[in-house]
Amino acid sequence: MIKKIIAAELIENKEIADKVYRMTMKAPQISESFCPGQFINVYLNDKSMLLPRPLSISSVCEDTVTLIYKVVGKGTRKIAAYCPGEVVRVSTSLGNGFRLEDVFNELGGNSKVIALVGGGMGVAPLIGLARMLIKEKKVRGLSDEVVQIIAVVGFYEEPILLEALEECCHRVYFATENGTEGFKGNVIQLIEQNDIRADYYMACGPKPMLRAIAGRCENTGISIQVSLEERMGCGYGACVGCVCKTREKGTSKTKLKKVCSDGPVFFGNEVVWDD
Amino acid sequence: MTSLNVNIAGVMLKNPITTASGTFSARDSGAFYDINELGAAITKGVSNVPWDGNPTPRIAEAYGGMLNAVGLQNPGIDDFINNELPFLRKFDTKIVVNVVGKTINEYCEVAEKLSDAAIDMMEINISCPNIKEGGISFGANPVMAAKITKEIRSIARKPIIMKLTPNVTDITEIAKAVEAAGADGVSLINTLLGMKIDVYQKKPVLWNGMGGLSGPAIKPVAVRMVYQVRRAVSIPIIGLGGIMTGEDAAEFLMAGADAVSIGTAALVDPTAPVRIKNELIEFMEQNGYRNLRQIRDAML
Ligand SMILES: Cc1cc2nc3c(=O)[nH]c(=O)nc-3n(C[C@H](O)[C@H](O)[C@H](O)COP(=O)(O)OP(=O)(O)OC[C@H]3O[C@@H](n4cnc5c(N)ncnc54)[C@H](O)[C@@H]3O)c2cc1C
Ligand SMILES: Cc1cc2nc3c(=O)[nH]c(=O)nc-3n(C[C@H](O)[C@H](O)[C@H](O)COP(=O)(O)O)c2cc1C
Ligand code: FES
Repeated sequence: MIKKIIAAELIENKEIADKVYRMTMKAPQISESFCPGQFINVYLNDKSMLLPRPLSISSVCEDTVTLIYKVVGKGTRKIAAYCPGEVVRVSTSLGNGFRLEDVFNELGGNSKVIALVGGGMGVAPLIGLARMLIKEKKVRGLSDEVVQIIAVVGFYEEPILLEALEECCHRVYFATENGTEGFKGNVIQLIEQNDIRADYYMACGPKPMLRAIAGRCENTGISIQVSLEERMGCGYGACVGCVCKTREKGTSKTKLKKVCSDGPVFFGNEVVWDD
Repeated sequence: MTSLNVNIAGVMLKNPITTASGTFSARDSGAFYDINELGAAITKGVSNVPWDGNPTPRIAEAYGGMLNAVGLQNPGIDDFINNELPFLRKFDTKIVVNVVGKTINEYCEVAEKLSDAAIDMMEINISCPNIKEGGISFGANPVMAAKITKEIRSIARKPIIMKLTPNVTDITEIAKAVEAAGADGVSLINTLLGMKIDVYQKKPVLWNGMGGLSGPAIKPVAVRMVYQVRRAVSIPIIGLGGIMTGEDAAEFLMAGADAVSIGTAALVDPTAPVRIKNELIEFMEQNGYRNLRQIRDAML
């Protein structure tokens, strides 16, 4: 079978910012065939919480997998209480990640900029995405003059993962909504104020942010891929709990797709944003 | 040698494990386990035309279970027959199609088309709590339940299993009514109508407000109902509601079910149907049961 539920040994589970944790586990079954934007289900031992918690894969390194998550409720609180050495039940990779092929096929030419846009915990998968884009650039022999990767990220109060992004991006722009650090405002204002331009966008974050940035891309004819989030039951396509409305290419026909198994990454112009 | 065979309305299942409607997708579930291992695959509800279902959120967690208000989103019978059925057909398992509608005519239209399709049985869902018309309004009233059973029976050229709702005062009345009207079997239970309120947002968690409760929390209700219905009718029973283990499956069989369906368990453990089958075999071997009949008769 292609997908499995596995027991992964925890290597680290550490608070890296207020209520934000970095969890690293040994899971070669996941790290071997990772595509950025994919997520895994974390199954809890507590029988009062039956449903799995979906968490994006932030990055992988050899046989380990790293998640970055925020404690927002009782499930994530339980996850934060796991200690290194303990074993967590997780699924192997779920969903379809970002389509890197499409990015490079479309860019071609020279002096192109890929912008990774993140809001809040949506920044987590951008780390793995940035690293994979760099790998892919190398494979294709594209120098930094030809393709640049920049990150534009926004937070409510406390920025996270800036160092990790700086390691792999040419430039990192960041904002906090209450202005404690960096630019004061949201991601869209940050883009407008700095007149940030890119030839391809890849975004993950709250829906209003995704809608706004996808709208800008639509108006300027620039491609964007977005990673959506929805309440899930199974996380693998069996319950039809997690749908989003999409438009079939070149038609006005709409179709409900499953965020967990058809997504979570969609092309911006495929998503019907008006609800 | 332990035998798991069971005959449901003339259809021989190689084992009593089936998938509960709405919790199985051949392509997606098949990524986790071998569908050939199932006694039967019971599909998501299919209607005469495509249905969009309810807006999200459609899912909420509850203590010992979950609430859903999917609202029977499905691509319609034509798309099902052309695109989903050929894929399912590749497996060595029986195919039971769950049928939904808003009117008796809509149910009949689907049943008519399925009569010519390569399926084994139909499960008629007269018990969905998540749609405004049809569904539960047929299943909560013995006269209506008998009427719809009779009409579908008169045109369907495959066995029909009526899926009953627990949201009634006396489920045996409904079971007796559909048996008298010609049902080839019954399956029970569908979900219990429930609700969850976010006390901070001051609104229901589900877009639809209410939803169907499923999972281990409803198991005692389901076992009780299977037990009662077994003593009220003689047609086959597919028992379901909160089955999480092989022992749970044995409990339903002992209460009087001929086969069982695995629903919520498969959402919270994608390989549950196969695991539960293996656990049931282990239970039978350890407790000296050689076939399902012996479990069913154990308590009589
Ligand atoms: C594809 C995907 C990827 C995600 N990646 C990350 C990530 O990398 N880092 C991170 O911090 N968070 C991520 N989330 C959100 C994360 O799943 C929720 O924060 C988490 O499930 C909350 O669980 P809880 O028990 O603490 O909260 P509670 O509110 O107590 O949970 C109750 C129920 O609601 C569900 N739920 C609550 N909030 C969300 C939400 N925002 N999205 C989906 N379901 C929710 C829970 O899974 C649970 O079933 C992701 C969500 C999805 C759908
Ligand atoms: C997400 C979800 C979708 C469902 N969809 C259907 C459906 O389409 N038709 C139907 O007859 N029952 C449907 N049901 C009810 C189940 O088939 C089953 O009767 C119920 O969930 C109880 O079993 P369980 O506790 O094992 O899940 C659905 C249940 C869930 C959780
Ligand atoms: S969460 Fe079950 S289908 Fe997406």
